[in-house]
Amino acid sequence: MTRALSMAVARLRRGDLIAHAVAFACGAGVLAIAGLLAWELWRNSVLARRQFGLGFLVSQTWDPVAGQFGAAAFVYGTIMTSAIALVIAVPLGIGVAIFLAELAPRRLSATAGMLLELLAAIPSVIYGLIGVAVLVPAMRQWIQPALKAAMPGFPLFGGPAYGIGLLTAGVILAIMVVPFIVSVGREVLLSVPREQREAALALGSTRWESTWKVVLPYARPGLYGAVFLALGRALGETMAVTMVIGNRPEIAASLFAPAYSMAAVIANEFSEATEEIHLHSLIEVGLVLFVLTMIINAVARALIAATTGPSPAR
Amino acid sequence: MTFLPRKRRRQILNVVMLGMTAAFTLLTVSVLFFVLGYLVVKGGTSLNLAFFTELPRPAGETGGGMANALLGSAKMLAVAAITGLPVGLLAGLYLSEFAGRTMAASVRYAADLLNGMPSIVIGIFVYTLVVLPMKQFSTLAGGLALGVMMIPIMTRSTEEFLRAVPLSLREASLALGASRTLTIIRVVLPAASRGIVTAAMLGLARVAGETAPLLFTALSNAFWSPGILHPTASLPVMIYNYAVSPYDDWHRQAWAAGLVLLTLVLVANLGARRLLGGHRQA
Repeated sequence: MTRALSMAVARLRRGDLIAHAVAFACGAGVLAIAGLLAWELWRNSVLARRQFGLGFLVSQTWDPVAGQFGAAAFVYGTIMTSAIALVIAVPLGIGVAIFLAELAPRRLSATAGMLLELLAAIPSVIYGLIGVAVLVPAMRQWIQPALKAAMPGFPLFGGPAYGIGLLTAGVILAIMVVPFIVSVGREVLLSVPREQREAALALGSTRWESTWKVVLPYARPGLYGAVFLALGRALGETMAVTMVIGNRPEIAASLFAPAYSMAAVIANEFSEATEEIHLHSLIEVGLVLFVLTMIINAVARALIAATTGPSPAR
Repeated sequence: MTFLPRKRRRQILNVVMLGMTAAFTLLTVSVLFFVLGYLVVKGGTSLNLAFFTELPRPAGETGGGMANALLGSAKMLAVAAITGLPVGLLAGLYLSEFAGRTMAASVRYAADLLNGMPSIVIGIFVYTLVVLPMKQFSTLAGGLALGVMMIPIMTRSTEEFLRAVPLSLREASLALGASRTLTIIRVVLPAASRGIVTAAMLGLARVAGETAPLLFTALSNAFWSPGILHPTASLPVMIYNYAVSPYDDWHRQAWAAGLVLLTLVLVANLGARRLLGGHRQA
């Protein structure tokens, strides 16, 4: 009897070991995928790294026919479109987060929050579709001429209004990253202790003053985290940008000029890259994207955790 | 303004700024309704039965549909679910039930890293790992790319939901003599099942709309794609290809496809949230 019992217990223990081993294998698998991803990008860009060195990031020449590759124009396009996106999305997103966390009644806040999550769920290619059909003509006919008229001679708004270009891509990106800023920003603002607000209100400050002078400073690191998270999304966003940026590998002074981004050049040329050096150059562009998003997302997570305490990041 | 008493000025500023945050919210939410409305109008008028049953016609000919793209997307999602869901689920289980501190931190870091990676980089990864050795764009490669994207999503949300299961439940089961494995299977997982199913649905909805990683793993195909070892059309890639083409009839079909894709994604999202609604333990 006891023997049978102890055998049963032993069998269960063995089951525990197996379960542990299987779960461990999958956990280690996640680690392995991340490591393998870095290794594959590194290994498959070796030709480009050897031939062009650091000049790859400085040179503007991208000539598949001549076999000359420099990614400066793409890096510029990616950084500029992301910067434009943040200039628009940060005030907008933090404003919405303030409304949802500080002002709106709970039901309204929950409903609006859900609608914004649906906004975040819309696939990139659909934003691109809307961008091509609605935003590009609107930019060409109204917005860009209006900006020109408002600031004649301003170099950023120079050149012909094509509709496509840096500014249009930046606006689309802004719309796409606002939900991320709102969802993290709201969480961060809600984690500010109630007493902070009550103390400010008790001292006679208005609602806005308590928000602006007490809640926002308290939540500042987390809000920066939300911004960095949005930046990480914007840098790697591919389809919508590819469809409206104009795909011209040049650095122009004007925001109206067609440009190119890192993700867009990979999307456009990868399946047609027949020369090995071309493929390796494109993969090196991917490697640059990998390193950039890795750093920016790590900073974002650290900043958010500093405010809300360790919680699973999105 | 400067002649107004200080208190009045502060009150005006209060109303103006708070009003502005409300206006921003309205503006942002209205984007959702604009996108929805625009797609319903443009896509609704272009959608017909042929869209679901016929193959694409060559450029210049009107009519035809995207039946092959619908099937292609479904097959790739199936591959993604078969590969990504179990690995992600078990990795999440490992994080919440087994992992020591160091290992948990590294796995979490890796999952967050993968989660934040641009999808196009995942596409490159699967290209070098699957497409190059097999010398063939395929449903399998596209599905694996989507599967790799699902893994970190599943890992992190499974962990979150398992952690929300109270420790006392586990202790009760262990005290009754159940092994850890039995406790996990019979007590912990059922308690978190709603959350996990929600996470799986949200993950599938998210990768269903992904275009970038499919461009050079599944490529596209104007015809049916037999099995899983041939290039295949998919809904998102068709939308992209048709939207940037110069043909009016293709634009029309891109809108129809956009409406179908958006409907699927949003219905899955709403369904998943509904399933979770009110039962969120955290």
